[in-house]
Amino acid sequence: MSTCSRLLGVAGGRRKIQVLEAGDGAPLVFMHGAGGVTEDNPFLTALARRWHVFAPLLPGYGMSEGAESLRDMLSVTLHTFDVLDALGLIRPMLVGHSMGGMIAAEMAAIAPREVERLGLIAPAGLWLDAHPIPDLFSKLPHELPALMFHDPEFGERMMTAGGNLDDPKLLEAFVIRNTRQLATASKLLFPIPDRGLDERLYRIRAKTMLIWGDGDRVMPPAYGEAFSRGIAGAELVRIPDAGHMVIVERPHAVVGALLQLERS
Amino acid sequence: MRFIWFNLMPWPYLPDDFREKYRSVWVDIPSALYDPVRGHEVYNTYLDQLEFAETVGFDGIGVNEHHANAYGLMPSPCLMAAALARRTSRAALVVLGSSIALYEPPIRVAEEFAMLDVISGGRLVAGFPVGTSMDTNYAYGRIPALLRERYAEAHELIRRAWAEDEPFAFNGRYTKLRYANCWPKPIQKPHPPVFVPGGGSVETYDFCIENTYNYSYLSFFGYLRARRLMEGYWQRVAEMGADDSPYRATFAQIICVAETDAEAERLYGPHISYFFNRCLHVYPGFAEAPGYRTIKTIQAEFLRQLARPSLGQGASLSWSELIELGYIVVGSPETVRQRMEELIKTLRVGNIICGIHVGDMPPEKTRYSTELFATKVMPHLKGIWKEYDSDDRFWIRPLAKRAVPGANASGGLR
Repeated sequence: MSTCSRLLGVAGGRRKIQVLEAGDGAPLVFMHGAGGVTEDNPFLTALARRWHVFAPLLPGYGMSEGAESLRDMLSVTLHTFDVLDALGLIRPMLVGHSMGGMIAAEMAAIAPREVERLGLIAPAGLWLDAHPIPDLFSKLPHELPALMFHDPEFGERMMTAGGNLDDPKLLEAFVIRNTRQLATASKLLFPIPDRGLDERLYRIRAKTMLIWGDGDRVMPPAYGEAFSRGIAGAELVRIPDAGHMVIVERPHAVVGALLQLERS
Repeated sequence: MRFIWFNLMPWPYLPDDFREKYRSVWVDIPSALYDPVRGHEVYNTYLDQLEFAETVGFDGIGVNEHHANAYGLMPSPCLMAAALARRTSRAALVVLGSSIALYEPPIRVAEEFAMLDVISGGRLVAGFPVGTSMDTNYAYGRIPALLRERYAEAHELIRRAWAEDEPFAFNGRYTKLRYANCWPKPIQKPHPPVFVPGGGSVETYDFCIENTYNYSYLSFFGYLRARRLMEGYWQRVAEMGADDSPYRATFAQIICVAETDAEAERLYGPHISYFFNRCLHVYPGFAEAPGYRTIKTIQAEFLRQLARPSLGQGASLSWSELIELGYIVVGSPETVRQRMEELIKTLRVGNIICGIHVGDMPPEKTRYSTELFATKVMPHLKGIWKEYDSDDRFWIRPLAKRAVPGANASGGLR
């Protein structure tokens, strides 16, 4: 299944974003995490077998521009509604991973009548003193696989695929891409990924599926339980042998849970 | 030429196995390593040294701002400057805080600097650092991508608060004040001279040039490495059509003087090693939160091949490498004079921040080195930029007649 990419003007031309698109069927909008998403992502491929997938990239990611005017949670939330409008989508199923899950949950809380089905995969947005989330912004690249993946060796292969950072041109491109991406992410996640979502969770009316890797060391499963307590009627599915990057470690299990959400 | 005696105020009792046992001197170093009873001695010793520097002829004495940092024990530089304002009478008080993006509302900085300027009779040099990523993002939780916007707004508020004679409404994105009203106001008009510590952000060059502020490059890695960065600054000065007065620029340098080069190594070697090995032992993950530097600056650095030195890199260098690479300027008065002259001329700087106390250097060595520099080195360098001596845009303009501290402190009617 091939993924195509296009540029889209949103919010009356205030921002320009890149949208990845694949598959056919009912529309599903996927919101990526802090690491972004690329065309070859196995999770997009898995989603595209069942749905018409749209994966808009936040300003600061890929070719998307206009991050200067996005400063806080509200502006990013409204921006994402602007993206849905620009795509001409009416109440599509919303799925978000990590930071993208935080945005999707905010959308469903701010405009509860606009979101009917919500798939939250290890979403950020809450903070539990008993389970502090590690400070990913200060981690060195070699420290990440063990945190993000259930299987660190698999994670390392995923994270270093094809890159030789000894080449100064590649290094420059890597540093700039990483800085742009995480600069945007920092507006929602730094220094603590809590922008008051817990006070708004009660507003969510969407059918909600919470999907968690059992071995998530970034957002431990206790967060899944906290979300589940906060959102009326939410269902929590825990996936064994998976960490925070459950979407690439166990894409088919995640798709299975989302199918369950669609049928509910 | 002007010389500013400066002390980072490091904690001198980091254990010998500090590097092995702890990952960072900054941000997450346990405060159990700090002992307030010993700290009482340390602060008072360091303040004595700054006062002593005035008596031997330094033009300024300097303090700065760090947070959660064992090599920089001045979270509040204004407190240190306040202590110095009453115990000194002539030297400029060079305050290389306050990190104006960290205070809410930032008019607090306008007030505190005005207080210092008034107490000292117009001797304040006001520093407006952006602050390092360790201080601003990791220790103070500011969102890196918004730090510079916040800084720009704080700067606008402070300058207006000093300039306006009536209360005004300030409707900023980050700060909203219905009654912005700075009491007291600074003595120096239109405002105290401003120094902006920079580390190579291209935006900071332009900011200094546009506002007639001094660009202060504070590096621990010496003047040879600084040359390319300062060339970039002077090139920008020329591009923007500004004059090339060397008083537009300041450079910080570690300097240690003894009778001979050999004596310098023997006396100061261990303390320099303490500094580079323990004080600069910083976990690399804290070096820079993403978004702290702009994309423009990152691209400029790649273009100019200005790879940022990691703070810890001095640790692997030998004594002679530290000297050769210019990290340290040490030796006999003649050796130091020659190197300083070369440094001052190649970087084209009017002010030197002299890091004479280094690491865990004890007070008697600090005093010895300070005195030798003041008497045997400084006089030979003072005249280097004498054709620019009339340029008073970047230095203090104190009151001619200043109050004498303590004059009214004794009891009884006279």
